[in-house]
Formats: sequence, structure tokens, C-alpha cells
Amino acid sequence: MSASNAASIAAPAAKPLIGPKEKAAFWDGLLNNNPIFAQVLGICSALAVTSKLENSIIMGVGYFVVLSLSTWVVSFIRESVPHRIRILVQVLVVCIFVIVLDQSLKAFYWQGSKQLGPYVALMITNTLTLGRTEGFSIQNKPTLALVDGIGNGLGYAVVLIVLGAVREFLGSGTLLGTPILAGIYQPNQIFILAPGAFFVLGCLIAFTNWLMSLGKKGAKK
Amino acid sequence: MNETGAVLIFFAALFTNNILLSNFLGMCHWLACTRNMMSAVGLGIAITLVTGITTMLNFVMYHFVIVPLGLESLTFLFFIAMIAAFVQLAEMVIERFSLKLYHALGVFLPLMVVNCTIMGAAIFMYTREYSFVQTVGWGFGAGAGWMLSAVLLASLRKKLQYSHAPVIFRGAGLVMITAGFMALTFMGFSGMVAIE
Repeated sequence: MSASNAASIAAPAAKPLIGPKEKAAFWDGLLNNNPIFAQVLGICSALAVTSKLENSIIMGVGYFVVLSLSTWVVSFIRESVPHRIRILVQVLVVCIFVIVLDQSLKAFYWQGSKQLGPYVALMITNTLTLGRTEGFSIQNKPTLALVDGIGNGLGYAVVLIVLGAVREFLGSGTLLGTPILAGIYQPNQIFILAPGAFFVLGCLIAFTNWLMSLGKKGAKK
Repeated sequence: MNETGAVLIFFAALFTNNILLSNFLGMCHWLACTRNMMSAVGLGIAITLVTGITTMLNFVMYHFVIVPLGLESLTFLFFIAMIAAFVQLAEMVIERFSLKLYHALGVFLPLMVVNCTIMGAAIFMYTREYSFVQTVGWGFGAGAGWMLSAVLLASLRKKLQYSHAPVIFRGAGLVMITAGFMALTFMGFSGMVAIE
């Protein structure tokens, strides 16, 4: 405490790297303002790739990297971009990172790239990315924008992985390809098809709403 | 290259391979714009036109610019730049000729750049190796498929407003479940025609 005080007296302009504002931005993205449950953005990929846990993990980690880097870079160039073409510039920044990710997936993990198919490219048009760059990094400093991107990316990845685990278990009775409860649980194919994706996500949203309402009741008492 | 006719591809894109209910593309606009019928129809028409035209333009660009120059790794960049330029142009034209429609669509007009339907239609166009005529059928079919499911959801959501759902399901949760039943219904069409 005293050391930090001394430091702040010595250099009043230098702020701690992780202040309360950064912490708030991080937890906001991860929990309170979760990309899927609260903002309801980026649903396309969340539903399309989560039929297998492995795919959801690749997608979650890849998207986390793309989102945090894009919010960071957009925040760096925010003052030099003309207002009218800012959306175009943001999309191009995201596009460059997605191309790098796509090419490296093809080079180092061909199988995963093959399974995700067009959905890696569709990260470019994931509305969550534009929502964060346009709604947050265009007005905030790079560090804060990076923390926001990391929080939102983590929040997104966690939901993707939970969805993937639930759907793979219910739909094929496996987790990461290993059979679970073989002979006891009869897999229901509908959960790896399109309707199952909607049902599982709908129930997950309702479940988090229920948890949130419990939390609010607890806070009132 | 498959030999399916363009008309068949159009109807397959509408029913069996509906871009929204089987490939989940364009979900964000779908959830946001179906609160009332008018915006669903307005945006549906806009997306149908933009998807159809940009898919054709992207076909021309892919086969006459990207492949001859060996720039396949930058395909996405070319596609998104084409889509963004076209949406910007469409925005300016609509603003000039129909201010009413321009205000009705509001922020969703520039956001069409990040509509997965448009980009997804372009990507499926080259991964499925369509010819030009097939591309025309596919592009307009994909857009019309989006519009069909948007109009259906908008009318279902009108009914949902008067239903007594549990509190935790209200909002996005119930819409998701409804969408699930719609997808289930559309699965009934599968087997009529395959375009994969």
C-alpha cells in the first residue's frame, strides 16, 4: 500500500496497469454482461460449431485470441480513422486476424480446420466482434479495450465449451470422443442436429436467468 | 461440380438447406429484427437483394480475380471488402431515394456488413463449386430463405407476447426454444432435394 502510494507520488501520471476500471470491464464481459446470455450476440457460431466438444474448444480459443487482439488494435487506431468508414476499418482489422488464424489452423491442425469449415471465416461477421470494437474500443484506451476483449472472449469461450459438452454428451453419449455412461444412457441424435442446438441454448439462457434471479434475491435480503 | 438446376437450388435453399435453420447464419439480425412484422419484411427484402447481388459479384471476383492471381488465402478479405462496399452503396442509394425506408431500417442497414447470411452464402458458393447460373439461384434462395424464417418467427413472436411463459424463459430463452421447433419442422423437408 505504502509502496504504491510512494510510486504514485513519484510518478503521478503513471497509473497501475490493472485498475478498478479494468477489473470492472473484465468481470462485466465474463459474467454480468456475458456476450451470449446478456448481449445475445454472436449466436451463429455458438450454435453451429458446438455439436462436438473438441470443435467448441478450438472455436472458443480461436475466437478469444481474435477478439482480444482486434479490440486492442482498433483502440490503437481509433483517433486516426474517419468516422464514416470506421465500420469498414474495424471489419478489415478483424478480417486480417481471422485470416492469420485460418491459415495457421490449416497449417498446424488440418483436422480441426476441416471440421470447422466455413465457420472460422464467419468469425469476421460475428456481430460480437463489431459490438465490442464499435461499442467499446472506439471510445477507450488500448489497455482497457484489451481487458474488455479478454473478458468478453473468455465469457464467450466458456459458454461455447459448456454448450459443446452438453450437446456432445446428450447427442452422442461421448465427451471429446470418449464414451461416457455407455449402456446406461441412450444418446439422442436430435441434440447434435440443428433443433437440439436451439433447445439447449434456450434452456441454458433460462437457467442463467434463474441463477441471476437467485443472486438478486440474495442481494435484497 | 454438381449438376443441380438453379431453380432446384433456389427451392432447396428455401426449405431443405435453409441458411438460418440448418446453418445458423444470420442469427443476430434474426433475433433483433423480428419483434415486429414490418421490420422483418423490410430487412428480409434488403437481405435477399444484397445476398443475391453480392454472391454474384463475389462469384465473378473469385473466378476472375482471386484464382487467376493465386490469392486464395486472402479470399475472405476480398469478399468482405466487396460486401462492405456494396452495402455502403446500397445505403447511399436508399438514403437518396427512400428516406422512409432508410429510417425504418436504421442501424441495421450498415450492420448488414456483418450479417453472416451474406458472407456465408459467398463462402458456400465457392466451397460447393457452383456455376454462375447455380450461384444466382443459391444467392437469392439463401436470402429468401432468411426472409421466410424471419417472417415466420415474427408472427410466432406476436403470439408469444400473449402467452404466460415462466419468467426465466421470457426473452431470448423462449425465442430460442421456438426457433428449435421451427428447425424441427423444417427438418421434415429434408430428403426432398440435396444440394450439399
